[in-house]
Formats: sequence, C-alpha cells, structure tokens
Amino acid sequence: MTSTNSILPMTAAELTRKVLQREKLLILDVRSESDFRKWKIEGEQIDSINIPYFELMDDVEPALEQIPTEEPVLVVCAKEGSSILVAGLLAEAGRDNVYYLQGGMKAWNEHVEPVKVGDLTGGGAIYQFIRIGKGCLSYMIISGKEAAVVDAPRMTEVFEQFAGKQGVMIKHTVDTHLHADHISGGRKLAEPYKGTYWLPPKDAVEVNFDYTPLEEGQTIQLGSAVIRMEALYSPGHTIGSTSLIIDDHYLLTGDSLFIESIGRPDLAGQAEDWVEDLRETLYGRFRQLSSEMVILPAHFGHPSELGDEGKVTATLGELFESNRGLNIVDAAEFRRQVTDYLPEQPNAYQEIRQTNMGLKYPSDEEQREMETGPNRCAVHDR
Amino acid sequence: MSTQTHIQANKTLDCQGLACPMPIVRTRKAMDELEPGQVIEVQATDKGSLADLKGWAQHTGHHYLGTVHNGELMRHFIRKSSPQELKAEQMHPLTVTGQQLEQKLAANVGLTVLDVREPAEYAFNHISGALSIPLNELELRIGELASDEEIHVVCRTGYRSDLACQLLAGKGFKQVINVEAGMNGWTGSTEQA
Repeated sequence: MTSTNSILPMTAAELTRKVLQREKLLILDVRSESDFRKWKIEGEQIDSINIPYFELMDDVEPALEQIPTEEPVLVVCAKEGSSILVAGLLAEAGRDNVYYLQGGMKAWNEHVEPVKVGDLTGGGAIYQFIRIGKGCLSYMIISGKEAAVVDAPRMTEVFEQFAGKQGVMIKHTVDTHLHADHISGGRKLAEPYKGTYWLPPKDAVEVNFDYTPLEEGQTIQLGSAVIRMEALYSPGHTIGSTSLIIDDHYLLTGDSLFIESIGRPDLAGQAEDWVEDLRETLYGRFRQLSSEMVILPAHFGHPSELGDEGKVTATLGELFESNRGLNIVDAAEFRRQVTDYLPEQPNAYQEIRQTNMGLKYPSDEEQREMETGPNRCAVHDR
Repeated sequence: MSTQTHIQANKTLDCQGLACPMPIVRTRKAMDELEPGQVIEVQATDKGSLADLKGWAQHTGHHYLGTVHNGELMRHFIRKSSPQELKAEQMHPLTVTGQQLEQKLAANVGLTVLDVREPAEYAFNHISGALSIPLNELELRIGELASDEEIHVVCRTGYRSDLACQLLAGKGFKQVINVEAGMNGWTGSTEQA
C-alpha cells in the first residue's frame, strides 16, 4: 500500500440509506467528547469511536489501533473540515476505504428522507418524512391534486420537490403543537399555493402572525376523493397539542405519543400543571380509539424505533402492550416519571419556541445552530 | 474583562475567517516557533475554535490562559509549556501554602504578593492586589521591590516563583516566600486586569 490512497465523500443521503437498511458501519467521530456525548449518529448496526481531531494531528495511531484494517470507516465532524484532515491522515497511514461525511453533522441534522406509509381511500397516499439526524418526523398526505403537510421542518425544499414530482399542490400545513425542538416550516410551506396554516389556538396565545385555529372536531377536506382529517384534542406535551385522524385509519399523535415513549410535559415550563392532561390523553382519550389505528408520531428517540424501510409506526393496540409510557398503572407513579428525572431539554428550546411564535427572527445560520442535537421531546430520551 | 484590554503576547496569529480545523492546524505550527513560557494570541472567528483550542492545549500540555470576546472576534491566549515546570524540584526553603497565604492576607491587607507569570496569564486571573513582574523582567525591575519586606511570590505551579525566590534571595532579599502550587492551588478570590 502507498500513500496515494484517496479518501471518499459520503453524503448524508447515502448514510441515511445505510442506517435505514441496517448496514454495518464503523464511524470515527472526531468532534469533542462533550459534543459526541450530547449527540451522535446512531443506527442498529453503527459502531462509533470518538477521538477529537486535535488529539490525532500529531499521531493518528490511537485511531488506527481501533479501526480493523479491512473495514471501511466513516470519519465525521461538525462541518466536514476536520474529518477530511483526519481521513487524510488515515489514508496516508495506508488505510483503504476511508470516507468522510460530506457537510458533517450539519448536513446530517438537515437531511430528510421520504418513505411511503400507505394508501388512502380513493387513490391517495400518506408519506412519512424522516429527519433522521434529529429524530423528527413529518407527514405528507396526498389526495387528488392536493396535499397537506403535518409538522414540517424549516427545510421545506424537500417537501416542495416531492409535491412537484407528485404533481400536487400543498393546500394545508398543520403544526400539531408549538414545537420546542425544531423550527417549523409550516407557514413557509403554505405560501406558494396560498394554503391554510393550522395551529392549535391554546398553543398560539402569544404568536405574532395569522393562523387558522385547529380545534377538536374540526375536519379538513383534501382533494377530490375527500380525505377527512379530523382534529382530536390531546393536551399534555403542550396545552394545545392536537392529534389528527386521517382517513379514519391513521393517528398522527404529534408529541403526545411516540413508539417507545410519551411526550414530556415540561418544555413550555408547566410540567406540574399538564401531567393530568397528559394522563387523560394517553389513558383516557386514546383508549377510546380503535386499537387498529395506525400511530404516526412526530419523533423517534432511538434507532430501535425505525421499522421496515425506516418507517416509524405501530398500531395503537401494539403500543398499549409495549410502550413504557402507556403502562404506568399508578397515577402518582406516572406523575413522578413524567416530572422527575426528565432528560436534558432540547438545545435552545426557549429560543426555538420564540421563533415558532414569530417573536424572534434568527438568521439561517443561527437557526441551524439552535437546532443542533437530538429532539429530546420524549420522557424516556437520554 | 473589557474588550479593549491590552494583553501582551509574544506572537499574534491571525486565523480570522478560517474554519475548523485550520485555527488549530495553524496554532500548532506557530507554537513550534515559540520558546517555552512564551504566549501566543490566536485571533479567530470560528465559534468552535474556543472549545477545540482548550481541548488541544489540554491534550498537548500547553496552558490555555483565556479568551477575550470582541463581537465575532475571539482572542485566545495560550502559553507554551516548558517541560521542566511540572517535574522540577523546588529549591527555595521558605514556602507557604495557598490556604496559609489566604489567611495571612485576610489578617493583613498590606502584604506584598508578587506574581511572576507572563502579563497575559496575570491579565486573566490573579490574586487581588498582586504586583505583576514577569520572571524574565525581574532582575531589571528589582528596584520596584523593597528588600526588607516580606514578599510572597506566586506563579502558575510554583516553579517560576521558586526561581524568582532564589534570584531575590541571591540579591539580599531576606523574607521571600514561595507560594506552593501557585495559582493552580489557589482557591481564594481573584481578579482580572
């Protein structure tokens, strides 16, 4: 082997497919230990090593020792600069199959991958958009020539392109609640076709823009086949949190119910007051729905929640069996679990809420910075 | 610390506009041209440069002194370590621990504390009221000190202050006392320039 070994870029899209297809991959993350501890690339078959790049500049041996000679390795950093440096050092040391993540964790955070969930009556379909790096899930519901997008992130291009390819117009955008972990793209995405932007009024008390109130029992008609989207008030994560029943079959739960956990009630600063609401939503209202209802949440917290082709979904019946947050019989114990021992809050969550209320207008770069890290919206996230 | 504060450095390195990892790559190279004990000022605008320079300094044993923020601009100060500092035996017989000095200062505000570290180290953190004369200027500025006074000499680890004590004792100073473990061992109050 010679020092002519070259290094290869891997895009966030390529890496996403590897994670969704559960491919084995070794990652050398060269960010600082604290950045790595807070947030890293995860997958069922992903192994990662963390050695900061500034510890490898003089001697790359500590990394070489931990990377099996024949295995490919992906070097990852915040933006890509230091991963290229370290990947170069590995290649110079004679290693083949050395990749770096193009655009680094910044690109990983922003990549959104659409996956089809299923068909709707009359030829429509529902798609899940997986923002894999942050664990955020959005939805596009298509019927006839119209589409609705639920819980859109600020990266709206992928939705516009997808709608363009399908030949549909985005006529409705919905936020199931005022988000604290990411900046909403709902209003922006409604603009091109003068669509309606829906937001639960109880979460919109302080907002500084016009919206259409999403209230219990409200139905939204979509397209020629007339897909019915019905709002179901499900407070607890926030006081306004509202779920959507699509085509009498899918339940978009926002941040009230996830696959392995439930929404935390503290991000708007009122955990104590909203515990009862959260309990009533999960143990009362959702119990009255059909157990065949297909749950589609707004987040995942762990790669084990990624199912076939990466889809994050389960039936309500399955969740009543397996979800930790749905199986706490004692109300006092429930209160304790959802108020004590909560994980760290999402990065910059107060600024993000302010931005989503239209009270703050950070630059693109600042928005990116604010959204660093995992979503941390579930009670059981680390 | 005021953004206008002047902090003396032996070398200034302009890394403004450079993205990670270039500020560290450049600093590492520039460090080779410095003598042990000298201070470099690294001017950078990359936000990550602060945590990374701290981490790099810790890994390599160099001494990260502090950062002055001036809008987007960050001025990082790092002192090149000298290998003797940590292992050298200290020779001067009269010593005081940080805690003892703290008690003495509490009882007697007029005590003389002489800080022989570099001005940049002094600027970020020093014992309130301490006089700053860097070790390499001490001989030249010895006239600023009274030879019959009790003088407590402090540096970062106790190594440079030991050399300063020996120098002063050799010049006829009767009551020079080395502060053991220096600022590393100091738990009392400090101030910035």
